[in-house]
Amino acid sequence: MEDKLIRLTVNGRDEAVIIQPLATLQDVLRDTLELTAVKSGCGQGGCGSCSVLVDGELRLSCLTLAERAEGAEVTTLEGLNATNAIVPLQQAFVENYAAQCGYCTAGMVMAAKALLDRNPAPSRDEIVEGLSGNLCRCTGFAPIVRAVQQAAQALSDTGEEAS
Amino acid sequence: MSMKELGVVGRNVGQRDLESHARGQTTYYEDVHYPRMLHLKMHRSAEPHANIVRVDTSAAEASPGVVCVLTHEDLPGKKVWNGLAAVGVGPEDEPILAFDKVRWRGEPIVAVIGESAEAARAGAAKVEVEYDPLPGVFDVEEAMSGEAPALTAHWPNNHYIYPDDHAAAQIRFGDVEQGFAEADHIVEDKYQTSPIEQAPMETNGCIAKPGGDGRITVHTNTQAVHFARDNTAAILGLAPGKLRFLGGTVGGGFGGKVDVAVEPISVLAAMRTGRPVKFKYTREEEMQVSSTRSAWRLFIKDGVMNDGRIVARKITSYQDSGAYLRFSSYGSMKHAGHMPGPYTIPNVWVDARVVFTNRPPSSAMRGFGVMAASFAIELQMDKVAKTIGMDPWQLRLLNAYRNGDMRAHRKVNEDAAMVETIQAAARLAGHDLPADYQAMTSWDRKAS
Amino acid sequence: MAKVRGTGFAAVNYPTGMHLGGDPTQSLIHMTPAGDFVVTMASVDLGQGLRTVLAQIAAETLGVPYESIVVETADTDTGPHCTGTFASRTTHRAGNAVVMAAQEARKAMLEVAGELLEASPEDLETDGDGNIHIKGVAERSVSVGEVAGAAHFGYGKTIAGRGAYLKPPSPMDPETGECDPDSTQAHACTIVEVEVDTETGMVEVLDMKSVYEVGQQVNPDLVKGQIVGGSWMGIGHALYETTAPGYPAIDPAPVDFQNYLQPGASEMPEVTCEVLEYPAESGPYGGKGVGEMVTNGPIPAIVNAINNALDVRITQIPVTPEVILRALDEKRAQAGG
Ligand code: FES
Ligand code: FES
Repeated sequence: MEDKLIRLTVNGRDEAVIIQPLATLQDVLRDTLELTAVKSGCGQGGCGSCSVLVDGELRLSCLTLAERAEGAEVTTLEGLNATNAIVPLQQAFVENYAAQCGYCTAGMVMAAKALLDRNPAPSRDEIVEGLSGNLCRCTGFAPIVRAVQQAAQALSDTGEEAS
Repeated sequence: MSMKELGVVGRNVGQRDLESHARGQTTYYEDVHYPRMLHLKMHRSAEPHANIVRVDTSAAEASPGVVCVLTHEDLPGKKVWNGLAAVGVGPEDEPILAFDKVRWRGEPIVAVIGESAEAARAGAAKVEVEYDPLPGVFDVEEAMSGEAPALTAHWPNNHYIYPDDHAAAQIRFGDVEQGFAEADHIVEDKYQTSPIEQAPMETNGCIAKPGGDGRITVHTNTQAVHFARDNTAAILGLAPGKLRFLGGTVGGGFGGKVDVAVEPISVLAAMRTGRPVKFKYTREEEMQVSSTRSAWRLFIKDGVMNDGRIVARKITSYQDSGAYLRFSSYGSMKHAGHMPGPYTIPNVWVDARVVFTNRPPSSAMRGFGVMAASFAIELQMDKVAKTIGMDPWQLRLLNAYRNGDMRAHRKVNEDAAMVETIQAAARLAGHDLPADYQAMTSWDRKAS
Repeated sequence: MAKVRGTGFAAVNYPTGMHLGGDPTQSLIHMTPAGDFVVTMASVDLGQGLRTVLAQIAAETLGVPYESIVVETADTDTGPHCTGTFASRTTHRAGNAVVMAAQEARKAMLEVAGELLEASPEDLETDGDGNIHIKGVAERSVSVGEVAGAAHFGYGKTIAGRGAYLKPPSPMDPETGECDPDSTQAHACTIVEVEVDTETGMVEVLDMKSVYEVGQQVNPDLVKGQIVGGSWMGIGHALYETTAPGYPAIDPAPVDFQNYLQPGASEMPEVTCEVLEYPAESGPYGGKGVGEMVTNGPIPAIVNAINNALDVRITQIPVTPEVILRALDEKRAQAGG
C-alpha cells in the first residue's frame, strides 16, 4: 500500500492531503490540517472526543479511514465559527458551565449539533441518547444536557439554526 | 483575616476558559505541531513478576522507521528513583526502565522512538524479552503473611517501613483496649475498595522539544510543572535550568498526572535524536499502566455505649501500593491522620500500612487516602446505629467533632462545622431531629 | 418484589492542603503600563477554574476590576514555585500567595497614587472600578491607568508584588501520630435514594441531595460544578469503576471504555446542593478546598442506601450487580438456615 492523495472539503475549504495507508480522518484533521479542536481521548471509538460531521452525519474521526472521506464535506468544531461569532449552541455551553477541562467539549458540541440538526426540539431523553457516545469525566453531564436543552429552546424561539 | 465586605470574591463571574473550550481554541499540550517530530512507544513487561534473562532489541532497531532504541543502559543519571526522594522520602525503588527484574505487568523495559507513532509501536512490538517467571503476590494480606516472595530487598515483608522501624503510619490516642473493656457494644467490620482509574479524557503525555540554546522545552500535562521538571532533571542528571516545563490547560487530572511517567524518557530521546519527541499514553496504557487510585482494605472495630457515644475506634488499613512506592507512604499518613473521621472519640488506634504487590503501582486520586477512610467510616457508622438501635443522624450528630476538641492526631479542632452541615442535610432530607439535636452546635458541646 | 428502594446518607470532612504541610505556592504580580495586572503562577489549571478564582482573589485584594487581571500559569521559566494542583490545595495555597502578592502590589500602587494626589497612601482607597481616591473625597481621584502611566513613565517605579504562602512542615510523630496535618477542614453530608432491581442486581440512583460547607466560596458556580461532577464520579466509584474487576487478581484487565464502566448521562440523577459558608481563618477571604471531597460523600451514601433497600451488609465497592446478587443469596441462605 502506498501513500495517496485525497481531496476533501473541510469547514468549507477544499483540501488536498497526502495520506498514509490506514490513516484515519482524525490524523488528517489533527496532524495534517492542524484542526486541534478534534481531540483524541482514546483512539478506540469509545469516548467521542474526536467527533466530527461527515456530510452532515456524526462520525468518530478516529474510526473513520481518511480514504473514506475522499470527496466528503467535513465539519469540525472550528467550522462552526466561520464568521468568528460564537454560535448559540456554544453560547449555551458557556452559560451552563458545560465544560471544565474542556477536553470533551468539541466532541460534545458536534454531537449536540448533529442531534439538533436532525431534531431541533429533542426531549431530555433524546438529548441523553444523542450524547451517549460522548464521555465527560469532569462535569457529571447534567450541565451539558442543560446546555443542549437551552440551545434547543433558543432555536425554537428564534427559528435560527443551532450553528 | 477579618471578613470585610467582599467585592468580586463570592461572585459568579463565569469561568474564563469556557468560551475557548466551546470554540475549540484551548491549547492542550499536544496541540503544538513541530516538523519532524518523533514518537515514543514503550515495550512493557508481559509478566507480573519475573527475572529478566535477556533483552534483544536488534529486530526493533531494524524495524522500518525506528530512529532510536533506549534501554536502562542508556540512562545517564539514575536507574531507580522515587518522586519524593528530594524531600527525604525513600528509598528510591522504582526503575526508570526495568533491568534485572520486572515486578508488574506493564512495567517499562525498552523505549522505541520512531518516525511515526505506528513505526514506534511496530518497533516496540519487536523487542524480545526472555523472562524467568517468579511467583507473584497480589493480595495485601498474603503479601505480608511472611510466606510471600519479597518484591525487593527494601521491604523484606513487602510493607513500607516508616521512621523508627514502624510497619505502619500510626495514631495512638488514649487507650482503645480500655475503651473496648468499658463499652456496652463492640461493632466490627471489614471494608474493601477497588483500584480505580482517574480516567481523565486526555491521557498522560508530553512533547520534548530541543531548542537552539541547548535547552529542552517540555510541553506536558502534568499537574505539577516544577515537580516534574526537577524530578526529570534529577533522573537524567541534568542541570534543571536546561529544562523548561510548559503546561496549559490539562484535559482532566484527578491525581492521575503527577507521576512524571513520560517526561524523563522523552527528554532523553530528544537529547539523543536532536528532534522533538512525543510520548502519549494510549488509552490502554492509561487504564492498565498509569497508576490508579490505590485499593484499600480496612478493618474497623468500635466500642460503643448504649447512649450512642463511640468510646474507642481501632483501625487497621492496608493500602495496596502495587509494585513500587511512588506516593503511597504519603497516602497512608494522610489516611491515618484523617481518622477517626469527623467524630470525637476518646480512644483511637490506627495502623495504616503500605503493602507491595505485583500489581501496577497505585497512587493518588481525588481524595488520596481519605476517600477510602470516609467510605469505611460512614458504612461503619450505619452499622453502629443499627447495632444499638439508634437513629443514624443522631448517632453522627452526637459524636460529631466540635471546635476545641482534641483530635486523634493531637491538634485542637478549629473550623469545624460538621454539626451544622448534618443538621442542614437532615432538613433537606425531611428527617426530623429532636429539639436537643437541633440545638447542637459546633461551637459548644454542651448546647443540647 | 423486583424493585426496592432505599435511602442512605454519609457525613464527611475533608482536609485542605497537602498532608503535613510544607507545600508552598508562590505568586508574582506586576502592573502593565496600561494599568492592568498580570498574575504569574506555576500552578496548573485542570479545568476546575483556577485562573478564574485567582483573578477574583487578585482583583479583590488589589481593589481593581476583575477584568483587568490576567492570570498566567504553568510555565517553569516564568512562574514561581507551586507544589502542584492536588490535595484540594490550590484555592487555599495559591489563593493566599496571590493575596500576599496583591497586597504588596497594592501598596506600591497606592504610593504612586499618593504622589499624584498629594496625599498619604494610608488615606487612599480603591473603588474596585479602576479608580483610587482620597477616603471620603470621591472627587480627589486618579484612575489606575493614570497611576500606571505615572509609575512607568514619570517616576520609573515598578508596581509589583511577591507572595509566598507556606504552611510549615509538621512531620508525624512515628509513635503517636501527633502532627498538624492540614490548614482547615471542609464538610459535606450527602443523602441518596436508590432503587435496586433484586432480579438483575442493577442499581439506579434516583436522587442525590447534598449540603456542603466550604468556607467562603470564591465563585459559587464553580463550587457547584465540582459538586455536580463529583456526585457523578461518586456514582461511578460506588457502582461501576474498577481497573481490576477480579481484584486482587490482575485479570480481567479493562483497557477501554467499553470495559471500564462509568455512568452515562442517563444514570445521572437530579443533584441538589446547598452550600453553607463558615469562613476559615487561614483561607484566602475564608476559602477552603472543595475539589476532592465531592466524591467522598456520595460513595458511602449510595452503599448505605443499597444496604438500607435490601437489608444486607455490602462493604465493598464497586457494588456491581454480581455483588448485589451474591449479598441477596447470602441473605436468603441465612434466612433459610
Ligand atoms: S478518540 Fe475517537 S472515540 Fe475516542
Ligand atoms: S470537561 Fe473535562 S472531560 Fe468534559
